[in-house]
Amino acid sequence: MYVAVKGGEKAIDNAHRWLGEMRRGDRRVPQLETAQISEQMTLAVSRVMAEGSLYDAELAALAIKQARGDLIEAIFLIRAYRTTLPRFGYTSPIETARMRCRRRVSATFKDVPGGQILGPTFDYTHRLLDFKLLAESEDEQAEEAIPQDSADVPHVLGLLDRDGLIQKEHRTDEEPVDITREPLEMPASRAARLQVLARGDEGFILGLGYSTQRGYARNHAFVGELRIGLVDVEMEIPELGFAISLGVIEVTECETVNQFIGSKTEPPQFTRGYGLVLGQQERKSIAVALVDRALRWKELGEDFLGAAAQDEEFVLYHADNIQATGFVEHIKLPHYVDFQSELELVRMIRKDAEAAREKADD
Amino acid sequence: MTDPSDTSLGDTPPEGTHDQDYNFAYLDEQTKRMIRRALLKGLAIPGYQVPFASREMPMPYGWGTGGVQVTSACLVPDDCIKVIDQGADDTTNAVSIRKFFERTAGVRTTEKTGEASLIQTRHRIPETPLEEGQILVYQVPIPEPLRFLEPRETETRKMHALEEYGLMHVKLYEDISSHGHISTAYAYPVSVEERYVMDPSPIPKFDNPKMHQCPAVQLFGAGREQRIYALPPYTDVVSLDFEDHPFTRLRNDGVCGLCGADDTYLDEVIMDDEGTRMFVCSDTDYCATRIEEAAE
Amino acid sequence: MAENSLAGGFAAPAVNSAVAFRGIMMAMAEPGRIMPVSGGIPPRPMDSAAGVLALTLCDPTTPVGLMPSMDQPAIREWLTFHTGAPIIAPGEAEFVFGRFDEMADFTVFRQGTSEYPDRSATLVAAVASLENSGAVLRGPGIKESRALNLPDVTPFQANAALYPLGVDVVMVAGGDLVAIPRSTRVEVE
Repeated sequence: MYVAVKGGEKAIDNAHRWLGEMRRGDRRVPQLETAQISEQMTLAVSRVMAEGSLYDAELAALAIKQARGDLIEAIFLIRAYRTTLPRFGYTSPIETARMRCRRRVSATFKDVPGGQILGPTFDYTHRLLDFKLLAESEDEQAEEAIPQDSADVPHVLGLLDRDGLIQKEHRTDEEPVDITREPLEMPASRAARLQVLARGDEGFILGLGYSTQRGYARNHAFVGELRIGLVDVEMEIPELGFAISLGVIEVTECETVNQFIGSKTEPPQFTRGYGLVLGQQERKSIAVALVDRALRWKELGEDFLGAAAQDEEFVLYHADNIQATGFVEHIKLPHYVDFQSELELVRMIRKDAEAAREKADD
Repeated sequence: MTDPSDTSLGDTPPEGTHDQDYNFAYLDEQTKRMIRRALLKGLAIPGYQVPFASREMPMPYGWGTGGVQVTSACLVPDDCIKVIDQGADDTTNAVSIRKFFERTAGVRTTEKTGEASLIQTRHRIPETPLEEGQILVYQVPIPEPLRFLEPRETETRKMHALEEYGLMHVKLYEDISSHGHISTAYAYPVSVEERYVMDPSPIPKFDNPKMHQCPAVQLFGAGREQRIYALPPYTDVVSLDFEDHPFTRLRNDGVCGLCGADDTYLDEVIMDDEGTRMFVCSDTDYCATRIEEAAE
Repeated sequence: MAENSLAGGFAAPAVNSAVAFRGIMMAMAEPGRIMPVSGGIPPRPMDSAAGVLALTLCDPTTPVGLMPSMDQPAIREWLTFHTGAPIIAPGEAEFVFGRFDEMADFTVFRQGTSEYPDRSATLVAAVASLENSGAVLRGPGIKESRALNLPDVTPFQANAALYPLGVDVVMVAGGDLVAIPRSTRVEVE
């Protein structure tokens, strides 16, 4: 005899307990401390802060611990928390020209004012497993290289800008949209696009950026400058009449120099792509700059080549991994009702078809 | 740009029955106001999809974040809510959403359709006819009925603006010419007040006629897609069809193996390795009520 | 700022606004149905129902317009203190507060666009009284028909003719409100 399934509540409670046990793993191994994650898994923390769009390393570490290392799940935890936070106001734009750079490289000029800083990069490591890390060994301490005071470190692209060699970015004091407070509208402003890209899924943006290099809306990019470092976050307090510093955040900024445009009447000029991401997110910031540039085809008078990276709706509606993972995974939820209706429809159409065939056979 | 009216912190409702770590019904007041404004515009323009700045909820997109946000914005402490998924009150996600509102809003819950002041649903409309004063909140995955014909939002928005629904009719007619039937069995498009074509969410088309001139308020929330739409009570909601191929409801013409109903939407249950089937009501409350009544 | 502009807000905002919204929503869902709302006391001459609506729906993201009868320092201060809504020209505003006779030409307010008809004004119009007699209302939210003592049918008829564009009107009298959205068709009794 069939009995309708009951007990969903109990199943959920048990599943949650089991999940907790799996997260903890073997109890003979010491429990991970969130400080260990925030200090020693900094790039994972950066990614969770960037795509969670909340700059808080401690909470990002907690989310990573709770999510058993599943970074998309950790990003989701941060997003769900972030959305409940009250807004006190909006800060002034950060000044990346006053960044205390931990790393700064230009692929377009051998030397630049302010100098190139290689910084803590994997770039020239040999990708050989370091078995010493299996044991508890301490690495040598490096010399402190990051400048303590903010000083003007002019952007490399500013040099091209001064000579009119690169397309001007028009400075505006227009209030940018906040994509977490307003529904995304198409066509989207560049500010909205850059926000979506900044918190978009690293893998998705990386794939799209890569596709532009392989010929899908190729735009010949050079990294004009990539810088990683600390910037001050300030807020104007109208009652005080001046800005106060709220703290310091780490960001990664990439500016690309791209294929030039021009015509018989207009002298040729290079174009730009831009990527700014929270934390140390080098790969992501470069990919964002490539996709940003590809999305600017209309503004720069280029043709739409049908490439995915040029397609604003395609890119912006599919970049968010929390939206994507939800909808992709939701098809595992019960769909008995809609499936049943299709089943009945297919049965009905088949019956009609068989009847028609039998009739034809007669 | 501070918000003096945002009192989501330290706000004590009189009853105090909800989890005091969260604002009443979870969402902060500014978010609720934004959703409430969208709901009013939705009711004023039945079937039109109002964009809203959907928030990340503590459950994944696809699990009903749109419905949860709409419910959260509508709830009052006196409400008695019912949550169903696939017609059933005890499916895991229905249980999870019901617990969420018990905890964050402290509202009463029920499985009885007739006792609920607000029903949140995924994929079904209850069999028991809804009444005036009730609110039915639908969870919607893809609110745009034209999306599968045209993936671009800029295009579909224009099509709604110009009332340009020819493409939809062409698609439905092509179905008829290749299959002899319209091959849409759920999320079957409707025309609202002869103006907007609307996606009724993935309810089976069996349920479509229940929307027409329904005495209850029907609200639709699509979280991931950031859209809200609505049907006031007693609104004309007509399933798209053709004169030579009128709309028909579709159900397995069996009888419920538990309560004997022959006019309800049925779930098909596979009983054994031989493929023996049994059909039971998808609406668990309706079925249980009929069994109780028969026993009396 | 006058002391009384600090008073008259919701005592328990989350619950007060939830209950008030439910009233407003049912009014919008059932055009012509008179709904009482409570919990807020704005400075006169603003009706309490208009004040409750403002407390429930307005905030720093919703520009508000005030017609001459409502454009008074006490009301401005009260709205600013309790909602944070910026006060701008009525023709640009999302919510407009006034007396019905000041707003009888609905077309000067935001009508929405064909792609975004929701981007239209909601008019909160004070009338002397509300009762279910007089003009005949039909349309979504109304089973057959409902009567309402509209001060004038012409602007409502012109508004409905613009559907899906147009404004949505909430009429207030004391603690009662009634909604006539653009979808409502109005006939003389």
